[in-house]
Amino acid sequence: MSAIIEARGVVKSFGPTPALRGATIAVGQGEILAVMGPSGSGKSTLLHCLAGILVPDRGEVWFGGQRLDSLRENRRSELRRDRFGFVFQFGQLVPELTAEENVALPLLLGGTRRKPALAEARPWFGRLGLDGLEDRRSGELSGGQAQRVALARGLIGRPEVLFADEPTGSLDSVSGELVMNLLTATAREQASTVILVTHDARVAAYADREVVVRDGTVSSLTGATP
Amino acid sequence: MSVPLTLLGLLEREPSHGYDLKRDYDTYFGRGKPLPYGQVYATLSRLARDGKAIAGPAEHGEGPDRKRYTITEAGIADVGHWLAEPAPPEPHLQTVLFAKVVLALMLGRPAAGYLDAQRAAHLQRMRELTELKRRGEVVDTLLADYGLYHLEADLRWIDHTAARLDVLGREVRQ
Repeated sequence: MSAIIEARGVVKSFGPTPALRGATIAVGQGEILAVMGPSGSGKSTLLHCLAGILVPDRGEVWFGGQRLDSLRENRRSELRRDRFGFVFQFGQLVPELTAEENVALPLLLGGTRRKPALAEARPWFGRLGLDGLEDRRSGELSGGQAQRVALARGLIGRPEVLFADEPTGSLDSVSGELVMNLLTATAREQASTVILVTHDARVAAYADREVVVRDGTVSSLTGATP
Repeated sequence: MSVPLTLLGLLEREPSHGYDLKRDYDTYFGRGKPLPYGQVYATLSRLARDGKAIAGPAEHGEGPDRKRYTITEAGIADVGHWLAEPAPPEPHLQTVLFAKVVLALMLGRPAAGYLDAQRAAHLQRMRELTELKRRGEVVDTLLADYGLYHLEADLRWIDHTAARLDVLGREVRQ
């Protein structure tokens, strides 16, 4: 499987505190990868570096054969908008917008006109079991509903890579399961690569493969020798 | 949990009498269920017969068996293979996982690597159960959930133990 996105020896510190100490990882096209690890191990920092939200102090990030970390912020921002999708632990919906407008937001920001953007957002409500909630604002949605709206927003642009950081972290087990079933099924249907940060093994079990971040480096779970 | 392999593991530390092995087994692994003497000596005889340990000459003293047993290369290899091989990821594994970690720490073997291997085996099984849920009927889903929650509990224990191996190792080797 050829890698679509890679980190090579990425080092990142926040002030005197090192978060990544040479993290290397390659994620295949269409692969669903779980990134696990204890709190503070650097897994969210790794996700932010891969997504071009943070710039590494040292090392390289590659996406689709292109060096991402050396791009200017405006180019990285375009890339995030046009080719990546995001889902975070708390949906981070825009409270002033309706659910439908929230789903359409990436298209609106990308320059699609309002009417076609909303028309494209609408079918997602049926797909994710959210029929009838199109006009609600985030305060009028349950946690599970809001997270499904956020998932639709993350996937509507058919992103090449979906970054999900603890996407079920604030949900009960039944809502979390629904979100993970929808996330993985839709990502596979769209052939999106998924990088899923989670500390929850039941969530990681939806992935094709998992890696563990420990003390700022990435290890695959390989067996021991006698 | 495998009593013969656990005794063999204890024997890997140093040549020992049956009495010493029983005492250490009861201390670390007995958990309120002491190993009967008869089982200790029968197990040691079988290990000697199978070339995993060598019985020294009988020594004078009290008790039924005063032989000192020494582990063989074949016995050391058996302990190594047993420790490194992940147990089948099924619910209620705590006794075997626990025994393996304590022995690995006692013997200075790579406990972290064993835990990683077990972690990978558990996650693989959890992936299979998740897939079964996706395709299965309600009853399959319920059964798969039961397995998933138990495996998750094991994994939490594995993670917690892995994070404390240094401290545990120091205590066990004292």
